[in-house]
Amino acid sequence: MVDFLTSTIGLSGWLAWTLAATVSAVLILNVIAGGALVFIWAERKVSARIQDRLGPTRTGGRFGWLQSLADGIKLLAKEDLMPEGADGMLFRLAPYVSFCASFCAFIALPFAFDVVGQRLNVAVFFVVAVLGLEVFGVILAGYASASKWSLFGAMREAAQVVSYEVPLGMCVVVPVMLAGSMDMVTIAEKQAGWFWNWYVFHDPFTFVIFWVYVTCAVASVNRAPFDLAEAESELVAGFHTEYSGLRWSYFFMAEYGSMFLVSAMAAVLFLGGWNGPIPVATLLGFSDGTGDTAPYLIRLLGLANLVGKASLGVIIMMWIRWTLPRLRIDQVMTTCLKYCTPIAAVMFAGAMLWQIGLPGGLMPGAGRPGGEIREGWLEGPGGRAATPPAADETRDVAQVAP
Amino acid sequence: MMPTIPIAEGLAGSVLPLAAINFHTLFFLLFAAIACGAAVAVVAADNVVRMALYLVLSLAATAGLFFLAGAEFVGAMQLMIYVGGTLVLLVFGVMLTAQAPFVTMKSGGGDRLLAGFVGVALLGMLVLAGLSVPAWRQPASGTVPEPTATPLGMSLVGVRVDQPPAGQPEGAVRSGYLLPFEIVSVHLLVVLVGAAYLARAKRRKTPRAIEVAASVEPPEAVAEHAAIGRTSGAGSVLTGGSA
Amino acid sequence: MTLPLAMSALFAVFVTEPVSVAHYLVVGAILFTAGVACMATKRNALGVLMGIELVLNGANVNFVAFASPYLAADGARSLGLDGQVIALFVILLAAAEAAVALAITLNFYNNHATVDVDRADDLKG
Repeated sequence: MVDFLTSTIGLSGWLAWTLAATVSAVLILNVIAGGALVFIWAERKVSARIQDRLGPTRTGGRFGWLQSLADGIKLLAKEDLMPEGADGMLFRLAPYVSFCASFCAFIALPFAFDVVGQRLNVAVFFVVAVLGLEVFGVILAGYASASKWSLFGAMREAAQVVSYEVPLGMCVVVPVMLAGSMDMVTIAEKQAGWFWNWYVFHDPFTFVIFWVYVTCAVASVNRAPFDLAEAESELVAGFHTEYSGLRWSYFFMAEYGSMFLVSAMAAVLFLGGWNGPIPVATLLGFSDGTGDTAPYLIRLLGLANLVGKASLGVIIMMWIRWTLPRLRIDQVMTTCLKYCTPIAAVMFAGAMLWQIGLPGGLMPGAGRPGGEIREGWLEGPGGRAATPPAADETRDVAQVAP
Repeated sequence: MMPTIPIAEGLAGSVLPLAAINFHTLFFLLFAAIACGAAVAVVAADNVVRMALYLVLSLAATAGLFFLAGAEFVGAMQLMIYVGGTLVLLVFGVMLTAQAPFVTMKSGGGDRLLAGFVGVALLGMLVLAGLSVPAWRQPASGTVPEPTATPLGMSLVGVRVDQPPAGQPEGAVRSGYLLPFEIVSVHLLVVLVGAAYLARAKRRKTPRAIEVAASVEPPEAVAEHAAIGRTSGAGSVLTGGSA
Repeated sequence: MTLPLAMSALFAVFVTEPVSVAHYLVVGAILFTAGVACMATKRNALGVLMGIELVLNGANVNFVAFASPYLAADGARSLGLDGQVIALFVILLAAAEAAVALAITLNFYNNHATVDVDRADDLKG
């Protein structure tokens, strides 16, 4: 985009970069905010149908399309309260910390080939790291509410999120190992083709790891059946009890943003990303199977594909929420430390041994060979790197005045 | 759009000495200001919870500095381990011990004056030392291939694939970092076990600080509840923080 | 008082230069000094621990600055990978040390119901 702005429209360098960054930021903000709007409506409809009722049917037509908008307007108009003993600065800061952590993780998430805020070489690591920062908003909110039960709820939720980062990290390492790179664009690009190229079908260990990832991701974003903080808000008090109106809606947007993010990560890492189950574009002749040569419309198709997979993941999370009963805190910790972590470790070892023993996969010719080159300069031009790094990815450092 | 572009550039030209904004410098100054400002705020704050918040800001800004310097892996590691692990641990400790009389504790005036003198002297010496070598003050120029995390990962397994820095003979054998990697792994395991043991909750005979609730609930239930909360909190946090 | 004059002159020259290793060194120095001041002045044991984290962070900034290929005058004179790996190990060991220090603090709190380091004088005299 920067090249387009500088060469075609003729803006100077700094203005072009500022505009490009602004466009990216606004787009990501719209993904989170618009996604939250749609998912709140979807949650009410899904929960209603599971509970054998209809859900919103009046606001904006038969299906209640505008219910989320009405909720948003109501939240904007609410009185802005703060408890008397609360620490003012921390109380005001907490929702934004949560929201910023959720927003920053979207920077590294690719929506199609090279349709990404910033293509980082350590994208997977960055996303998992930034998701772990969301817990600060929770802790600050719990402390600043000046309520003992609020603090206990926040501590339990923070302990849960921090504990589940360990098996989450181990689950996420398996596709990184299979692809040979932490770059999410590369990982999704390696799964191009038919659906048996997806990493979830690569070997049985990765299949199990996918389900462990789903469990850890659901726990990491504090969704049912791991939603003790929200449960305590029904019973006693949770960390966002003292929040009302727009501040509360920031927590909510952060939660739905994180749900969409972990679903999109699951799609990119395990379910082929923007590559569909059937390579329509390749079959119709529009592209030759590699993302970097695909025309723009094919990339848009891939974007729709990824958003569809991520939305499916979010709806499955909602489905689980309204089906399964809630876990106690000791059950949550037991699941993490006694089940998820050892299973993830053993499956990681298994996937590694599978890569060593059967690098070509079970079906000859169906998968990609395991020894394929990921970084072109390491082993020579034998494999198909997404873009050859030596020629295209030098960074011009000489931007300073001499 | 056309008439506004010269205006914008003119504004920028009048505000800044450079003809164009160098975003590298701009973001460096932004992150450096946040990091240093938050570090000074840690020293200046009295409320220990606010100190923890300022420390989080400072370390997150330092991670940004790492990203700007091209150390992407170290920056992500800083965010995940330092900010997301160690500081969460610290904030847990702050919450567990932040009873009202301990939240603000000030030291004596003489101590602070002496620390101020020593601090200023140390800062002056370090800054002078840092600015003294001319080779360190020359800005960067030229093109550098974009670094990936693969050489770092390979070196941790013991294989060095990066180019040797200038000044070393070409065929020099450079060691990998496999041994320190293994040592640090065992070290972390030892720390995990030791910290979990050290911070275990002991059965108390008298209730600690929740005197208000003690009048409502029997003391043993309160102590047990606090002990279980601390065990689950401390134990699991230490698991998550040390890994 | 030529020393502060010299320092301020150096600073004035320094701020107008493009970013180089020296800039990172100054940031590292400020973080280090803030950490030392924090360690020296705080009565809360957790405040002292925060000072330790700042000190280690200042050192890390120095390591990464020397290791960066972007900041060196010509990219081949930087420390390269070694500086980044050292910074990595510093982060790991700082996390381990923070865990142990926090465990000690919690143990102290369990026994004495305070985290005031001035009250840790059982072995005094």
